Amino acid sequence: MKIKILFFASLREQLGTAAEELELPGGVATVGALREHLIARGGTWANAMAKNRAVRAAVNQDMAQPAAAIKAGDEIAFFPPVTGG
Amino acid sequence: MKVSVQREDFDLGAEVAAISGKSTIGAVASFVGLVRDVRMTLEHYPGMTESAIAKIVEEARGRWQVMDCTVIHRHGALEPNEQIVMVAVASAHRGDAFAACEFIMDYLKTRAPFWKKEERAGGAAWVEARAADDEAAERWK
Repeated sequence: MKIKILFFASLREQLGTAAEELELPGGVATVGALREHLIARGGTWANAMAKNRAVRAAVNQDMAQPAAAIKAGDEIAFFPPVTGG
Repeated sequence: MKVSVQREDFDLGAEVAAISGKSTIGAVASFVGLVRDVRMTLEHYPGMTESAIAKIVEEARGRWQVMDCTVIHRHGALEPNEQIVMVAVASAHRGDAFAACEFIMDYLKTRAPFWKKEERAGGAAWVEARAADDEAAERWK
């Protein structure tokens, strides 16, 4: 299934990309699994998305926990903790 | 209820006047957040930002009597002393207006997808999230 991934702020800069379309391999069905999938790319991906770093996620523009399910066509965003206001 | 995410500055007086018209409104509480002594750029997540703020306003309406409300948050490049954000809440009485205004700001700080990048002497740096902001939002639970 195909999904869209967005990256913001320091994550976007570190990864050098703001968005990508991705054909998800079978078995990657949650936000947490997608993060692991991206970490497995190694290099900058492993650093930027590392488990000891605070990375937040949203599914279809709604804050989401790692257990949140992903389905075809979803827009998944990863970003650092927010600092507005 | 009005939520706006915009580059342009806003006029607090005009925004307060716009939600003060009804004779049943007895109190309007407002807050303005300003840039301190550093230039910055504010990034946000278009689409999610507006809906996240709208959800926070809805939650406030479920807790207090909110007769009208305006939230404006700017993005893009901002200079020291410029206005960043405003919240104004109209209610029959001050208690609800004060509480809802503070609640909306506390939740906005931890739930609305904005990120500040400051231009410091050593170069530009992303602002780290503060534990104090999480604690401020937690106390409303």
